[in-house]
Amino acid sequence: MVMDITFQNVAYTYQADTPFESQALHDINLTIKSHSFTAIIGHTGSGKSTLVQHLNALLKPTSGQVKIGQRVITPETSNKNLKPLRRKVGMVFQFPENQLFEETVVKDIAFGPMNFGVSAADAQQTALAMLDLVGLPQNLAQRSPFDLSGGQMRRVAIAGVLAMEPEVLILDEPTAGLDPAGRREIMGMVAKLHQQQHLTVVLITHHMEDVANYADCVVVMENGTIAKVGKPSVVFQDVAWLQKQQLGVPETTAFALRLQKHGFKFAQLPLTETELAQALLPQLPQGMVARTHDE
Amino acid sequence: MTALTKIIEVEHLNFRYPQTEGRPALSDVNLAIEQGEWVAIIGHNGSGKSTLAKAIDGLLPLDKDSGTIRVAGITLTEDHVWDIRSKIGMVFQNPDNQFVGATVEDDVAFGLENIGLPRAEMQVRVHKALDRVRMTKFAQREPARLSGGQKQRVAIAGIIALQPQIIILDESTSMLDPNGRIEVLQTVRQLKDQENLTVLSITHDIDEAASANRIIVLDDGEIKESGRPAHIFQYGERLIEMGLDVPYAQRLTAALRRQGVTVPQQYFTEKELVDWLWTLHSKM
Repeated sequence: MVMDITFQNVAYTYQADTPFESQALHDINLTIKSHSFTAIIGHTGSGKSTLVQHLNALLKPTSGQVKIGQRVITPETSNKNLKPLRRKVGMVFQFPENQLFEETVVKDIAFGPMNFGVSAADAQQTALAMLDLVGLPQNLAQRSPFDLSGGQMRRVAIAGVLAMEPEVLILDEPTAGLDPAGRREIMGMVAKLHQQQHLTVVLITHHMEDVANYADCVVVMENGTIAKVGKPSVVFQDVAWLQKQQLGVPETTAFALRLQKHGFKFAQLPLTETELAQALLPQLPQGMVARTHDE
Repeated sequence: MTALTKIIEVEHLNFRYPQTEGRPALSDVNLAIEQGEWVAIIGHNGSGKSTLAKAIDGLLPLDKDSGTIRVAGITLTEDHVWDIRSKIGMVFQNPDNQFVGATVEDDVAFGLENIGLPRAEMQVRVHKALDRVRMTKFAQREPARLSGGQKQRVAIAGIIALQPQIIILDESTSMLDPNGRIEVLQTVRQLKDQENLTVLSITHDIDEAASANRIIVLDDGEIKESGRPAHIFQYGERLIEMGLDVPYAQRLTAALRRQGVTVPQQYFTEKELVDWLWTLHSKM
């Protein structure tokens, strides 16, 4: 099913018409295509979290409209009947393991579907299937979620969102606070969900490597609006601008720029170490390169 | 410069959490840290890193068979635990869990009130501490309204106001965004030089580990390896199991080898790798 999400002239003001009013978003025009992988980057306070909370109508625009699949959300939209939408657009908040509460892993994962009216038996079956999807062994099902490691707890929380069978998965810094191994596991899992389950993924991140490795579109937020949007391979070409915003670029891109100053040439700056290594091959003496390597 | 003195000495440390079976959390850990040294402790989750830090700060119920811990020459016993804690400041992972004051300066003053310092001296120390972490401008602010990096800097100010000899960073940068991480590391680096502090940092962050004079690798509660960052970073992909990322130069040399390029088996810093590559390129 097509679930494009389109923002049209969206603005959002917190505590409007009070002395505490503050504008968090303005002039947002954006399309997130069905089945795409969109990364949202920007400083703390740039509006990233406010933006994604419009994707499932947790927030409604103060002006403008958001179209999510066939649903149009405007400032006048009633809070009733938003359940089907919330089911289609799953949201994984920061540190989602803080929201675990049930006695067992399987009960925690089944909670969401049961809340949406699925029978206990069916919800349990779905929950067990979700364990596979997030790469947790079945023998954890009856354990307390609080006995698990940080990375495992986080996957249980994500499984709870996936149990609602959403078409769009929003993740707000899903790897924050994890060690590098945990970070790899979670990002590998997200990539798999995108490729195999064909989920639309929207990822808020500070890791430019993740943007380079996984995203097909990147949105740069600044002071409540979109400063740049496009393919990572295009957006990351403007290294000077991104560094001026103190957002940084993938390590490969920064490294390629250093090499460029020493006479190396790149048609466009690479984003991953494999791309860089390939671009360097023809620029190194023949004797350095083994002839028999498999492509 | 004064002669090197050992400020932390750990001998044959063993510890098992009460009511647990299987492996002990720490087994036969031996460690000596010089005054003014920065030591990073790495290891995957559950390797015993935080347990070791807690043991040094006297936060674990150690018994007679647990081994010996000496801090600044004082042997850790129930009678001396407060003497030892007064020499150590700990910065924890979550910046939101360590605030007690309504304003930034109240928060920094809290520890000083606890030790009953006269008000005049307290004010001087609070000022100086905030200045050291470049947070003077925020003295009257509510801690909750600061960024993650600012919060951790206030936490550090609260610690240095107490004039410890050792700072332990227990994953203190892991919840911060990249700018916050850089802010905190710069602050620690500066303080270490100005106050001749000893820094013990438990970390998964490659930049933090690279800042250290020495890296110690813990696994299953045992010290598996100890050496300069350049030595430890040679482990390449295996660093992931040790709870660290692979440094960029190592990732690129691996990618070059996959493309068939002959790269010498040695550790390259990023600068060394740039130099090696452009020297080759200039010979073409």
